This record gives sequence, C-alpha cells and structure tokens, in this order.
Amino acid sequence: MREKSKNVAFLGVCTALALILAYVEILIQPLIPSIPGIKMGLPNVIIVFLLYRRSAASAIGVSFLRILLVSLLFGNMMALAYSLAGAALSLLFMIVLRRLNLLSPVGVSIAGGVMHNVGQIMMAVLLLKTVELSYYLVVLTVTGTIAGILVGLCGSLLVRKIPEKLF
Amino acid sequence: MLKNSRRIMNKQNRIRNDVLLVAVLLLLCAVGILYLFVFREGGDTVRVTVDGELYGVYSLHEDFTEEIRTGEDDGQFNRLIIQDGRAFVESASCPDGICVGHRPIFRNGESIVCLPHGVVITVFTDNDKYAPDIVA
Ligand SMILES: [Zn+2]
Repeated sequence: MREKSKNVAFLGVCTALALILAYVEILIQPLIPSIPGIKMGLPNVIIVFLLYRRSAASAIGVSFLRILLVSLLFGNMMALAYSLAGAALSLLFMIVLRRLNLLSPVGVSIAGGVMHNVGQIMMAVLLLKTVELSYYLVVLTVTGTIAGILVGLCGSLLVRKIPEKLF
Repeated sequence: MLKNSRRIMNKQNRIRNDVLLVAVLLLLCAVGILYLFVFREGGDTVRVTVDGELYGVYSLHEDFTEEIRTGEDDGQFNRLIIQDGRAFVESASCPDGICVGHRPIFRNGESIVCLPHGVVITVFTDNDKYAPDIVA
C-alpha cells in the first residue's frame, strides 16, 4: 500500500515537471529565431526518463495526462487532437525501440521526437484532407532530430544521475 | 569480465546505431529539401481550401487580396495577399500565427497551412494533373 501511494506521488511529480517543461517551451518559443509552431518537445525528457527508469505504462500515463492538462490550460481542442496523435505515435516507437535495445536512450529520444512530428502531420492530413504538408514534414524532421538529440542527452543524464533508491 | 566487455560492446553498437539513425533522418531531409526547393518550378494559381472544402482559386500572376473568413465567428480571418507572383498571409486572427510567419509561397505544391482555422493555401501550375477541374 505504501509502495503504491509512493508511486502515485512520484508520477504526480513527474506530470507536474512535464507540465512545467511544456510551459517553459511555450514561454521560450518567441526567443528562438525559428519557424513559428516548432516545439522542442522538452516534456519528452520526463517521458524518456520514465520509460527507462519506471515502465512503459507510467510513461504513457504521464504523457497523456500532461497533454490533457496543457490543452486545458493553454491550448484549444484542435491542438489536443494533434498532440494526442503525436504522443501516441511517439510513445509507440519509443516503447518498441526500447524493447529492441538497438539504440541508446538518446537515439530512442530522437526517434520519439521525429515520430511526434510525423503523428501531428498525419493528423493534420486527416483533418484538413490535404497531403500538401510535405514541406512541414521536412522542416519538422530536421528540427525534431536536433531537438531530439538535446532532449535525449538531458533524458539519459537524468537516467544516469538520479539514483534509483531516491524514490 | 566477459559479460562486462560485452555490455560495453553493446553500448558502442547502440551509439553507432544512434549515429546511423541521425544520418538516415538527415539524408531523408536533404532529399526532401532538394525535392521541395530545387526541382519544383514556379506555379500559376493558388487554391484555398477550408476544412478540405474548396474556398477559392486565384491567379498568382495578378496582385490580389482576399480576406478568408472561416467559422461562425465574424472575427475569424486570414488575410491572403498575392503580390509579385508570391502568396502570403499578411495577418490572421488565429492564436498561433504560424500562417502569418510563413514565408511567401510561389513554387508548385508549396502550401501555407493555418491549423486552427483549417485553412490550406496551395500553389498549382496550370498544367498540373493534380490541379482541380475548376481552374478554367
Ligand atoms: Zn493561422
């Protein structure tokens, strides 16, 4: 019982952290001279950490809870559809790649970042009934890869530095 | 000892695979960029759709301004300007402003998308097989 409530508290803290990172991302967006709308996927740091240190289930739970809260707080329902599609595809790839053990946490994170963008664009193609979004896919793949490297390095740093015993 | 060296090997393999993944992704992007920016000729018309429905078709060769109105809300708009053979969104009421920040489009197949309003602005050539039939 104690273990269980500890776990719930831990996942709650992780959700809060992911939420803060999502907010930081919204705040720093105007500071980065890039194409508007491109996000670094900072909350993915927490998701990668959970995937390696806890379980796929906790990564999925925190990811979806985070998205739900972010769209309730800062976004609209349209953004929710895109985020959910992106997160679902990203999580699917990261979980499978983690199991296959072919990549390091950094590589898994890169794949997750890129697939997050692919999922969002697939949803946009579906909703807008247009396939002329290839330009966005190319740009988002470049930025997704770069962001994925940074996010992956942070995530694997957390995995290595935070002692298992702490929680 | 043996197990340990194998683990190090695995780690090196994984990092090699990481680098491979990044290389493949960047290669895909390079091909995509070449396709998007080098091998495409300029277009002739601009087609606007709202939520997948055709809204209007305009010539790229004449300067033109259109206020694309969407939704029931009167304040919801995207101001499309065609100038010097290029199309861009000058201003819009959407929350993210991505369509406004987008560079002007003029190559065949290029598009500006406003996700919040469901607006897609795409360039076509007159002899394009994908162009809609309405282009007379
Ligand atoms: Zn817009």
